[in-house]
Amino acid sequence: MANIKTVTKKTKAQAMGMHKEVLTGRTQQKFFNPDEAENFYYFGTYDVDFNKRTDLDVENMTAAEANKEIDNLMSQGYGTIVIKNPQGKHSIGVGILNKLNLIFEGSLGYFGIGSCDGPIVRINGRVGWSCAENLMAGKVVIEKNAGSCFGAAIRGGDLICKGSVGARTGIDMKGGTIIIGGDAGAFTGFMMQRGRIIILGDVGINLGDSMYDGTIFVGGEIGSYGSDAVDAELTKSDQDWLKRKLKVAEIGENFDVSKMKKIVAGKKLWNYDNLEPTEKKGAI
Amino acid sequence: MCGIAGLIHRGKSSNVGHELQGMLQALKHRGEDSTGYALYGDTDGKNFIMRFKVGENVGEGSTSVAEDVSVYDERKKIVDTYLTEMGAKIIKEERILPYSLRYEIQYDKKDLLEFSQKIESIPGVEILSMGKSLEVIKDLGNAKMVCDRYNLDKLVGTHAIGHARMATESGVDIKSAHPFWGYPFSDVSVVHNGQLTNYWNNRRSLENKGMRFMSECDSELIAVYLAEKMRDGASLEEGMKESLTGLDGVFTYFVATKDSLGMAKDTMAAKPLVLYESDDLVAMGSEEIAIRSILPQEIDTYDPFDGEVKVWQI
Repeated sequence: MANIKTVTKKTKAQAMGMHKEVLTGRTQQKFFNPDEAENFYYFGTYDVDFNKRTDLDVENMTAAEANKEIDNLMSQGYGTIVIKNPQGKHSIGVGILNKLNLIFEGSLGYFGIGSCDGPIVRINGRVGWSCAENLMAGKVVIEKNAGSCFGAAIRGGDLICKGSVGARTGIDMKGGTIIIGGDAGAFTGFMMQRGRIIILGDVGINLGDSMYDGTIFVGGEIGSYGSDAVDAELTKSDQDWLKRKLKVAEIGENFDVSKMKKIVAGKKLWNYDNLEPTEKKGAI
Repeated sequence: MCGIAGLIHRGKSSNVGHELQGMLQALKHRGEDSTGYALYGDTDGKNFIMRFKVGENVGEGSTSVAEDVSVYDERKKIVDTYLTEMGAKIIKEERILPYSLRYEIQYDKKDLLEFSQKIESIPGVEILSMGKSLEVIKDLGNAKMVCDRYNLDKLVGTHAIGHARMATESGVDIKSAHPFWGYPFSDVSVVHNGQLTNYWNNRRSLENKGMRFMSECDSELIAVYLAEKMRDGASLEEGMKESLTGLDGVFTYFVATKDSLGMAKDTMAAKPLVLYESDDLVAMGSEEIAIRSILPQEIDTYDPFDGEVKVWQI
């Protein structure tokens, strides 16, 4: 495939001077010239050393100041950052696009760890609404409870809450795994399109409502099924995967997975394809 | 988007005015068109405290029409006359602002319906609260502005609920601000975050049953709805549970009485609520930062589930 940067033939629109941008970035390069991997530049990423560790007290910082300081520390090569006194502040730890050990000694408010791609995060407290929204890769572990919209629209990575979560967990998720040690609220898996949700406790009403695809495993009672959600057979390979996943997630290692219920989408949407755009390109 | 907060100390009193101010100020980004407090202070329980207004705050982005201040004096005089006619004796009188008054009154009858109807028959006069412990204070501006304006910082009591409002369904004025008094029941107040979609149907039905609405704010419906249920003999908790199906829309609301505090969350759990509960304190708010303003140390909190109703006693 041709490298988009070397394409000389202008489109009609470009020839007319309507736009001059040149498409760049990891995704485009990956599509068009995988041989040039060494030239990849992923904006906002840093090479960090996990053994280089520091503390950051955010008690008297705004969310923007805290995020800027995390970015600054990463630019200095710090690979393990311990955040002190987050005090339930919103939108901390967002937009981290490289590997990083990030530890929060306390609780986060809304939109914590949003739009991340790669970090390993441990929160020794609770999180508010929309934790880890749009997570692409990495691992996020919450030691206590979480609010609603937990893991909304994630595409990859493991998102683990050892306590209970609110409503609409995994809403619109497109990949990855969400694991809940306790109970989950109403509309869990609402409009999920891919990925897996594991709930060891009970779950509220309208489970998997309008789900397109993906799988939900429930260990406890189900309040009610949502539209399009149906039971499926729990296979041996499902059980093996669940055991492995719960062990890696440090949660429910001794849980009897053989009694879990498996819920899937009962209706195939005629215009829905469960492949991501990148995968479609690969298939073609 | 509005913010609500509430707390109840069990077995002791505390500086609830200061505590609630901190909680609501932490939520000011959710709305600062108006802020309201329902404070349950330590009193001897003998006399009623009546908070009422004889006009609106016409500054600070208000949607109210300006009036000549002299009409406030006229209205106050009529209130005083009516109180005397009904056998109520004014023990103490405070005029905090030209349009806002606080009376401590001796009144022996238990039914406040006739009393309230008489006072509110005066155009421009509204009773914000009536109770032996409850005081509702609401005005335009954020929590600190209202707290400073009414000197609430020192108020000691057992519990309180409050509201930081972003006006959506009705005007920026005191009559549309929360909390709402559970008219005509003494010491009942309500704050709400959300939107009620069957407001007009319920309002028409309740007005036909003799209940009164002072604003066009959908949240007022909750106070009136619960008051009507209690009038018909239901307990507070029973009324709250019925409201989960009787009220349509999205809501999280708090209700307080002289000795209890309750919360209810709609069956879709569309509105946020974070809750902290210990043996001697329950604190809750739309966001955890509200609770953190009074409990900065690491604590365990959780989101109540959909359709949940909880009531705590002092």
